Amino acid sequence: MEVRFTSSGDTAFNVEFGEAIDRAANARVMALHARLKAAPPPGLVETVPTFRSLLVVYDPVATGRREMQAAVEAALAGGGEAPAEGRRWRLPVCYDPDLGPDLAELADALGLTAERVVELHGSAEYFVYMLGFMPGFGYMGDLPAELDRPRRTEPRVRVPAGSVAVAGRLTTVYPWESPGGWHLIGRCPVPLYDGARRDPVLLAAGDRVRFDAIDRDLFDMITESADAGYLDPDSLRDVG
Amino acid sequence: MTPALTVVRLGLFATIQDLGRFGFQELGMPVAGALDPLALRLANALVGNPQGMAGLEIALLGPALRVDAPSVRIAAVGPITMTLERAGEAPQPLAPHRSHTLQRGDILRLGAVDGASVACLAVAGGFDLAPVMGSLSSYVRAGIGPLGGRPLAQGDRLPLARDGAPDGPDVELPQPPDYGAGPLRVVPGPQEDRFTEAALATFLSAAFRVGSQADRMGLRLEGPALEHRGSADIPSDGLVTGSIQVPGNGQPILLLNDHQTAGGYAKIATVISADLARAGRLRPGDALSFRAVTVEEAEAIRRRQEQAIAGWIGAIRPVRPASGVDLEALYGENLISGTVDIVHGGSDLPLL
Repeated sequence: MEVRFTSSGDTAFNVEFGEAIDRAANARVMALHARLKAAPPPGLVETVPTFRSLLVVYDPVATGRREMQAAVEAALAGGGEAPAEGRRWRLPVCYDPDLGPDLAELADALGLTAERVVELHGSAEYFVYMLGFMPGFGYMGDLPAELDRPRRTEPRVRVPAGSVAVAGRLTTVYPWESPGGWHLIGRCPVPLYDGARRDPVLLAAGDRVRFDAIDRDLFDMITESADAGYLDPDSLRDVG
Repeated sequence: MTPALTVVRLGLFATIQDLGRFGFQELGMPVAGALDPLALRLANALVGNPQGMAGLEIALLGPALRVDAPSVRIAAVGPITMTLERAGEAPQPLAPHRSHTLQRGDILRLGAVDGASVACLAVAGGFDLAPVMGSLSSYVRAGIGPLGGRPLAQGDRLPLARDGAPDGPDVELPQPPDYGAGPLRVVPGPQEDRFTEAALATFLSAAFRVGSQADRMGLRLEGPALEHRGSADIPSDGLVTGSIQVPGNGQPILLLNDHQTAGGYAKIATVISADLARAGRLRPGDALSFRAVTVEEAEAIRRRQEQAIAGWIGAIRPVRPASGVDLEALYGENLISGTVDIVHGGSDLPLL
């Protein structure tokens, strides 16, 4: 696959690995990200991995495009550093109708029952392709093909924090209350962003996530302990 | 009590900002930082700070700050009015683009910001606040940064790292900074190939206007619609401050410091780093247009700009009164320790 360099002004460029959202392209993105992180060329500010491209941000006073692109090309040719194996998480989700206000409508549109949508959503392990949109917002895929549905035509102005949502072949958990156009099917009581934690952002690109259906009582209990600061995020790690 | 500036009257919107929170965009963390980095750098230089130290970014109308410290040196850069209220004295205007040394109990009233979106205030030694993820920039949308990432509030105490103003005279920039004029310069792309030839030509020739939806996240521009070649949507990829994305309605959005880290609309061009301060100063209703340059040209422009900034900072000099008489030289430092400070008081004409 041909690698393409495109310009984002004089402070960044993108290294593109094709046009498609797929695991192979994303693996190359993450490999280059890991290599540049392990051995940053002089003047590199940071790299930002997305589905199929890596944004290379540099200080144009300390270096220049020609030097930085040469360093990135060398890293591409070099191999070496492989991306670390992502962590595995199990995130609880309550799919009660008031917490997942789009569940019934989505099920109708897909010709499925709400129970089947929940079952399918919980049946897959999702890969965190990238974070973006807001701190801690993970774009996770791939959703089972039966659940593929475009975003809502009318985005919501206010999506509650913790909302579990789907759009296309992707799923996410909104870390913050925000506007949003994805279909809301449930709520996760675990904060995806918590400024009080040593690592405030729970997920990282390359992690894997499974969703476990929980009932309202458990949802309330976990919410309470999270609010009180008693929830150890490591308890959600799937180390088995 | 630790030295501080206390907010005794709240303005409209003031935040602590440095030059941005880099290194966490992979977690979706926006960079934030000063909309007008040039103003922050120069304000810091005027008070003897490193250029990237955090200062106060003031939009629309500034707060009133009481000096709860033996003394403090401050400087503002940008189109802002300031008034000093000192016990027993008539209020006096303070000019931007120079430093002022304030005393305990003084009230610094930061007034209207008019002519640009923001002005910057720096204090000698900076604020004694704990960085969040390596930065003192405030990302208000998610409450990340010092003061819980929120704008200033009534009664806030902004702790000062220095317990008193530095020695030496107040200083000034000989001239306000030159931001340049004419079209904002852009490097086409990263997705210029997602637009028709006509759209690219229109983008580089038409007059645009900043719409009413303008904030630290970005400026919605009004002007001729820019037509995509096919869909406006791309697989979300990384954004920078200065990215110009064009959603399906064809109306461009110029992204500023609080932009999200990635986005799914095709980007027609990117404002070059040397023109980001100009872009950050734009307000609703302002007119703007764009001119294309190459990355190499952008780099050369930025190098020249850095040389110019170094020249301005090198030209910072002790304040001279408007009369042309150099009181600093005439009287020296020993005469100005009384309560009425004729040299450092900041009025244009000393009360001789």
